[in-house]
Formats: sequence, C-alpha cells, structure tokens
Amino acid sequence: MPVNTEKQGASFALPQPYEVSREAIAEFALATGAKADYHFDAEAATALGYRDVVAPTTFAVIIAQKSEAAYITDPESGIDFSKVVHGSEQFSFTRPIVAGDVLSAVTHVDGVRAAGDNAMITTRTELTDAAEQPVVTVTSTIVVRGDGE
Amino acid sequence: MSPIDFSQLTIGDTVVEAEIPLSRASLIDYAAASGDHNPIHWNERFAREVGLDGVIAHGMLSMAAVIAPIVEWLGDPGAISDYRTRFSAPVLVPDAESGTPATPTTSLALTATVGAVDAAVGTARIDVTVKTGETDVLSRTQVRISR
Repeated sequence: MPVNTEKQGASFALPQPYEVSREAIAEFALATGAKADYHFDAEAATALGYRDVVAPTTFAVIIAQKSEAAYITDPESGIDFSKVVHGSEQFSFTRPIVAGDVLSAVTHVDGVRAAGDNAMITTRTELTDAAEQPVVTVTSTIVVRGDGE
Repeated sequence: MSPIDFSQLTIGDTVVEAEIPLSRASLIDYAAASGDHNPIHWNERFAREVGLDGVIAHGMLSMAAVIAPIVEWLGDPGAISDYRTRFSAPVLVPDAESGTPATPTTSLALTATVGAVDAAVGTARIDVTVKTGETDVLSRTQVRISR
C-alpha cells in the first residue's frame, strides 16, 4: 500500500500529556553524554534560573516521537515503518524543558510527496506546557523507501 | 543567560572539538532512555534483513551526543534557540569482538565553528561537522544561540 498523500494537512494529538520527571531527564542525559550538573542536581539548575533540572537539548524527541507515532502507525497513513529512514530533524525552542513540565503535543503532517519510488514526509510537532504556552517545535522529515511494486 | 561573550566570537573560529565513542551498550542505553526500540539499533540479523550492513546507531543518538559538549561550552541549555541536522550516512556500530558490550567500536568526531555572529543583538550560528572516519554522518548541522 502506497503512502497516502491525502494525509497532508492532518493533525494527530498525543492522547495524554507527557509528565517530565527528574529521572527521565537524568536517564536521557546519561545515555547521551550530557554530563553537566544542571541535568541532575536541582540546586545547580535553580542557580542558573530554572525551576528544576533542565532537560538535554534533544529530550523533546521522546515526546515528539510518541506523537508522530499516532500518525505513522495509523493504517490510513500507508506507512511501512520497516521502510522508514530518518532524513532530518530540527528543534526550535521557546524555552528549555524542565522537570515538572506537563507537555501536550500535536503532530501536523506538513508535507507528503512522492519522490520516484519513495515518499518524503515532513511532520511538525508542537509541544506546549500546562499553561498552553509554546515550549519547542520539533520538525522531522522521514523517507519511506519504495518497494518497487 | 549564557556566559559566552559574543563580542569574542569570530567567524571561522573552532569553539568545540570532541571525539565521542560509541558501543553497542550506547545504543541499548539510548533505546531505553528515548523509547526508540527499533530493532535495527540492536539486532544484527534484523538490520541486515532490511538492507543495512549491520546494526546502526539511532540518528537521534548522534544528534544528542553532538550537542552535549556544545551545551557544556555554552554553559546554559537555554542559550540554544534552534538545533538542526540532516542524517547523511548511517553509523555502523559493530559488536565488540570480546569483553563487555560497552567497549567502543566506533566514534563520532565533531568540530564546531562560528558560522555567523551578531554581537550587538547577541546571537550566533555555530556550524558543526560530524564524521565517522572520513564520512560525514550528519550534514548541515547548525546550532543557533542567543544571549
């Protein structure tokens, strides 16, 4: 089944908000070589002016990929995940994520276009906090490789 | 917020250089922390069945590992307003031949240079090259920073 180009313009919301914990920030920091104390120690973070420990720069991808999954796994999208290759990624920040944030996410399918046998898809996931204020925009492009059929 | 003095940044200056080792254990740790459990990042047979030359690192692990030393240089994660990259080549991460799976078998070499600076406004663009061996594994990697 080919990628469904009619999904361009569709939106998919995360079913429940994601609650950012100190533990999740510490685990992500350890796994990605982010060694600075403000990822682990609330006092170090407050000394920099933050409410609690600060997430590493790309932490938002956890939430963005959960939200994108609602689109990618929708049978109507026509996406075979085993043929997906990640093309590019961009984070545009209003502010950093900190522990205690309760983040909602909506993924917008900004572009679905055929490129020969492949399809190139651009999604834009907007993360907002409990006060409905913007936090970060995550833009992702994926290529769904064709199977030549 | 950042302790960086923008008036001291000069276009072309290298501000961060780092070598980041990767092992099979790195990929498992990232899968657990990120929730990305795609088997191409941990199962050799599956990776080969889908046409890869073996297990590869998550592109997002490379992206995350590259920004960490740059944030350390900046001194404040809030100084980053935008971070973008393209995944131009897969990073193969072979299993270590013996011993612990945390033994590094490949690495990312990053060089971050000043691409643009506006000292009056307090903004700059840092351009980053990321190589494994001679191959650019990330491309058009840019970090926008602001005071």
